[in-house]
Amino acid sequence: MRGFSPQRFVAVLMKELLQMRRDRLTAAMIVGVPVLQLCLFGFAINLNPKDLPTAVSIDDPGMFGRSIVAALTNSSYFRIVRQTNSPQTARRLLDEGRVTFVVEIPVNFSRDIVRGSQPDLVIETDATDPAAGSYALAAFNTLATTALRDDLVGPLKARAQGPPPFQLVTHLLYNPESNTQYNIVPGLLAVILTMTMVLITCLALTRERERGTYENLLAMPATPLEIMLGKIAPNILIGSIQSAIILLMAKFVFGVPMLGSFWLLALGLAIYITANLAVGYTFSTVAQNQLQAMQMMVFFLLPSILLSGFAFPFKGMPGWAQDIGEVLPATHFLRIVRGILLKGNGWVEIWPQVWPLILFLFAASAVALLRFRRTLD
Amino acid sequence: MAEALAIDVRGLTKRFGQKLAVDHVDIAVPEGEVWGFLGPNGSGKTTTIRMLCGLLRPDDGQGTCIGYDVLTEAEEIKRNVGYMTQRFSFWEDLSIRENLEFVARVYELSDRRTRVNDMLERLGLQHRQNQLAGELSGGWKQRMALGACILHDPKLLLLDEPTAGVDPQARRDFWEQIHGLSEQGLTVLVSTHYMDEAERCDRIVYILNGKLIARGTVHDVIGQSGLVTFLIQGEGVRRLADSLRHKPGVEYVAFFGAMLHVSGHDRDALARALAAYSGEAGILIAEAPPSLEDVFIQLQEQAP
Repeated sequence: MRGFSPQRFVAVLMKELLQMRRDRLTAAMIVGVPVLQLCLFGFAINLNPKDLPTAVSIDDPGMFGRSIVAALTNSSYFRIVRQTNSPQTARRLLDEGRVTFVVEIPVNFSRDIVRGSQPDLVIETDATDPAAGSYALAAFNTLATTALRDDLVGPLKARAQGPPPFQLVTHLLYNPESNTQYNIVPGLLAVILTMTMVLITCLALTRERERGTYENLLAMPATPLEIMLGKIAPNILIGSIQSAIILLMAKFVFGVPMLGSFWLLALGLAIYITANLAVGYTFSTVAQNQLQAMQMMVFFLLPSILLSGFAFPFKGMPGWAQDIGEVLPATHFLRIVRGILLKGNGWVEIWPQVWPLILFLFAASAVALLRFRRTLD
Repeated sequence: MAEALAIDVRGLTKRFGQKLAVDHVDIAVPEGEVWGFLGPNGSGKTTTIRMLCGLLRPDDGQGTCIGYDVLTEAEEIKRNVGYMTQRFSFWEDLSIRENLEFVARVYELSDRRTRVNDMLERLGLQHRQNQLAGELSGGWKQRMALGACILHDPKLLLLDEPTAGVDPQARRDFWEQIHGLSEQGLTVLVSTHYMDEAERCDRIVYILNGKLIARGTVHDVIGQSGLVTFLIQGEGVRRLADSLRHKPGVEYVAFFGAMLHVSGHDRDALARALAAYSGEAGILIAEAPPSLEDVFIQLQEQAP
């Protein structure tokens, strides 16, 4: 035929370069996405989480108990956020997801060590995310043994050698077999919903704008709120269908337990789906074309996967990354869904995660409504 | 008040950055009339129309559109005005009927089915009602758009180059619809580039670089221009055009088929310039009333 003409190739190339240059925001995002990824992967993610929040339940006035607390305080893996003498209080902190570990030093711990009757030293961990605590757990035994060694002097010196003077009891709560799927599958519910819900609505207005129907829509008497709700509502149905599919597969294919109330989960889902749809809609009021809208979605999706506690342990991230994570709906929903399914959480435990979702929903909607102009100015 | 005005705006102004898109435009259209809105591309027609229907906020000026303030009552205006955009702006992935039903719902019309059915029948769209709007040809799209714009019985119809890219037959049908609507009392402001369409209007306004520079009936506008036009006919008149352009008194030369229109404001100078050619064999020179196009092109060329 006509062969390859370098001149025609250059013609197309030049045209594309010119068009690329016109779209500044897209160019900025092309620089922005790798920077964001580098920061998230490079700084925020920690596969060997340290400083994990720990509650100590201690009901023993003796020196050995104190030594263990001191050892925990000095270790890099544990950060004691609460010290109590009630195992129930400590357990509630674990239920609410405020701590990753509870170390329980039982009554007469010191006395029993002196007697040589090997008292239990209990460590309970929130195994909904098996990866989060595994290193710390491995470190705990050594930590406690070493801590006591210095105390075992005089007549007790013989105990410093040989097996530890206590019986270490590890409880992997909520997920005793450390089944990773129990963690990942509910997490996927959060991530998949964020991905599809934001994607669907982020094109809502940009599509109208690119097809020229936006002007017509504005020339009609529909208000911004009516347009927003009308565009969001049908997608709630799509989100519900997705949720149903994922939950059914979670139960029947992956065998994920469902301990809590289904209706509570449905409520959480409804709020979460709507919040994500609102985010996408907000993007579509800002983006000038569909490509920009898609890039904004990526900007939102990356932290939702990486900083929400889905891919990596939330408590293992540095403070600033946790702060960003707290702003994202996926973070809160992840806690809701894991809490309800694996821990059997009720309304009281999940409310601290529900209100941020509601707040987020209203904030995103407010931005969308403010951004939406009733005129073409 | 002598006659009720559907559009009554004064000093309407719109800036886009440094550019003055519309510069103190006054328009007063009496109810029930059909006005043509003419002017070259980029002269501010679309911007003016968008300000009239509440899609753009004027930076300056005041006035009313069907009795509502253009600055403060944009929502009421939107409810009572039909606006047909320059580019087809209905939903191409909806059928004709679905588009009309959407419009009927947005305007909260009662007895929606009847209205939509009536409109389909009125525009001869029944047999195509389930076709997707995107699959229609230009003429049918335009017809559907008109139907959607008048479905809510607006008091004023603003049409932005409604017949661009539409064949002559469809254009003629379209104008019949417009005149039919006007007889029922609807006021129409229609922008166009077609001279024959301008001549179908009760009055025309001509906008250039954001300023209204001519208004009135077609006859008035031609008369006001003070333009004199001579027609030159005959074998090979085209070759005369270049030499004529440089003669004193000749302001503008245009081809109309095998005919030349030579125009200027000074009849005597023009006659002197043409005298040189009058002796040539087969050449016929005669004065004629200038056409609207002659007037517009001359207005455009005079502009600074």
